[in-house]
Amino acid sequence: MEINKTSSAYTNTQVWALVLLRVFIGWHLLYEGVVKLWNAGWSAGGYLMDSQGFLSEFFYGLAANPDTLAIVDFLNVWGLILIGLSLITGLYTRFALWGGILLLALYYLSHPALIGVKYAMPSEGSYLIVNKNLIEMAAMVVLYLFPTSHIVGLDRLLGRRRNQRIVAPTPSQTAEAPLSV
Amino acid sequence: MNEQQNHKINRRDVIMSLATIPVVGAFLMSASAKSRHDATIKNDILRELNVEPSVPPATGPMSGDPVRIGIIGYGIRGEQLLRALGFASPAWIENMKQNALENPKDTRLKDFLEQENLNVQITAVSDAFDVRRETAVAAGTRDGVTPKAYRTYQELLEDPNVDAVVIATPDHLHAPISMQALRAGKHVYVEKCMTHKIGETYELYDTVKSTGKVFQVGHQHRQTQSFFTARDIISKNVLGHISLIQTNTNRNSDNGAWQYHIHEKASPETIDWKAFLGPAPEIPFNAEHFFRWRKWWPYGTGLTGDLLTHDYDRINCLLNMGIPRYCTASGGVYTHRDGRTVPDVLQVVMEYPDFTMGGSQDTGKEKGMSFMYSATLGNQYNRGTLLMGHDATMELGNDILVHADPRSTRYADMIQSETINPDVPMYAYSPSAKGVDAVTGATAKYFANKGLMYTYRDGKRVDSTFLHMREWLSGIRNGTPVSCGIEEGFEEAISAHMSCIAVRLGKRVEWDHTTRRLVNISQEELASLGMV
Repeated sequence: MEINKTSSAYTNTQVWALVLLRVFIGWHLLYEGVVKLWNAGWSAGGYLMDSQGFLSEFFYGLAANPDTLAIVDFLNVWGLILIGLSLITGLYTRFALWGGILLLALYYLSHPALIGVKYAMPSEGSYLIVNKNLIEMAAMVVLYLFPTSHIVGLDRLLGRRRNQRIVAPTPSQTAEAPLSV
Repeated sequence: MNEQQNHKINRRDVIMSLATIPVVGAFLMSASAKSRHDATIKNDILRELNVEPSVPPATGPMSGDPVRIGIIGYGIRGEQLLRALGFASPAWIENMKQNALENPKDTRLKDFLEQENLNVQITAVSDAFDVRRETAVAAGTRDGVTPKAYRTYQELLEDPNVDAVVIATPDHLHAPISMQALRAGKHVYVEKCMTHKIGETYELYDTVKSTGKVFQVGHQHRQTQSFFTARDIISKNVLGHISLIQTNTNRNSDNGAWQYHIHEKASPETIDWKAFLGPAPEIPFNAEHFFRWRKWWPYGTGLTGDLLTHDYDRINCLLNMGIPRYCTASGGVYTHRDGRTVPDVLQVVMEYPDFTMGGSQDTGKEKGMSFMYSATLGNQYNRGTLLMGHDATMELGNDILVHADPRSTRYADMIQSETINPDVPMYAYSPSAKGVDAVTGATAKYFANKGLMYTYRDGKRVDSTFLHMREWLSGIRNGTPVSCGIEEGFEEAISAHMSCIAVRLGKRVEWDHTTRRLVNISQEELASLGMV
């Protein structure tokens, strides 16, 4: 996928609408991570043990072993924080979106909103098959397919720098055309 | 434009690259403001309440010579008690292995294997039923020590290789066995209800006092970690004057209504019927009476001795309110009309007209409290244990929740300033915050929430009975105190018997604290109930 170009087929409105979506999702994940980080007693254990569906055994297994649970907790907290920061700032956003899609897929698979499935943890809304995790995941897929960080975000600077290296200016060329940054 | 110019970083690039960075600043500002806001409210409340999450005192070391234990009674509870001591039957281990394979949430075997070694030997077992005796021998055999099997407890108590006994027989045998064991120089751990009759309650009290042996009643919930914090909440008067305590039993299964399995090998040949009957009225062999003894007054104490005692003692270990002045009760057999004599629906009210622990209102305005126990064996809707004070309500289980009362005097200003919202707990305590719990079955959940199955130490789940046994063994080894000794047992037994008499005679039963005697119940009335 071409992401090094700063111009695109999007209109300005489309770009900013996509950036807004990206920043909102980033904000949400970042706060989810930060809240867990600040709450010393937090653990994914209870959530994992509440898992339902065909992968529930896998999630129980993660929770049952204190060592794997500690790893899961660490990855969860820092995954959310880094993905959130990445989406907001537009830095390495493609990787962050992959990570975010994976994380949300795991959340969904551990707690699928299936018919007849009941969870101990209360939900603030009513869901059937499609729930907020799935929607947020789908939104990330959209953001992946319609990238914006090369237009608005730190990836734009990275792209510029990379392209400059690709052009591989000779010392003489560099002297003739100094960078403006 | 040549290619070189195309890849130059210009001002627009910089602006567009950094366009969303201010969002990070906005996030940090709002997240820290939110955190400060939450922390301020939390700190204000915590400062006001001044509750300190407490941990129970550690019991002493288990080193030295092994304590040699005799098990008297190896039914459902006897088996559990033996496991708490670290001994499981091969069949149980196999069963648990299967369960763990089928359900990864089931960690009972793992928990059992990780239990600390209490350094005891099972040197003798006794049960009136041959099959149970054999299973007990298999469970108790370890490191070359095979328990001697006795058909009667009298024979077991003569065994010099027994230092201490664990009694898990039907209720009507608790006191006779305990007294004989104490007189034979053995330490005693006896299940609740401590006694079955009024007279033997006094006699056992005196026997414990005169022999000086270590005596513990099996109210293992005294080890529940959250109760230590609850005690602190009470002592800091967070709840204000407590006027009502609500406790409940809600079960809705045959097992919960004591319809235990009748073993297929049960017969007059395999069961020592006379040993089972003991002081109970003589009747011909009856396998149902043997396995489901809780359903009949001559052997059991019904809901009062089996389940009310747990709730009573849980509250007594927090408030030390002791024996009630008055007790009324009513109930009947409404859910299991199978010939049983003990009620399966029961309501008990104990009155403490002089109870006070201070309050937030004018001195003298508040005094007195009712303890209410409400039970049905035909519905398992969970009704929490509530301690209801003028200023706040505490819901007590393995976790603790405290809600301020909207009309509280103490918290009026904080409610007014919206620092405290009466709809949201102002204090919550969960010793398992980092832990993971899985309890199988509805009855198990009922027990777990009352702190009867397990509790927590350092955030780790521990069998409460194991801790209670350990405390008893530490008393034997190190002279450390036990939490449910004869004083607590006496209060538990008398209170349970007052409920029992009240429901059976349909009479308000009165207790005199000075003479330590029942006031308005004659010996004839007690004799008519078989409770002299």
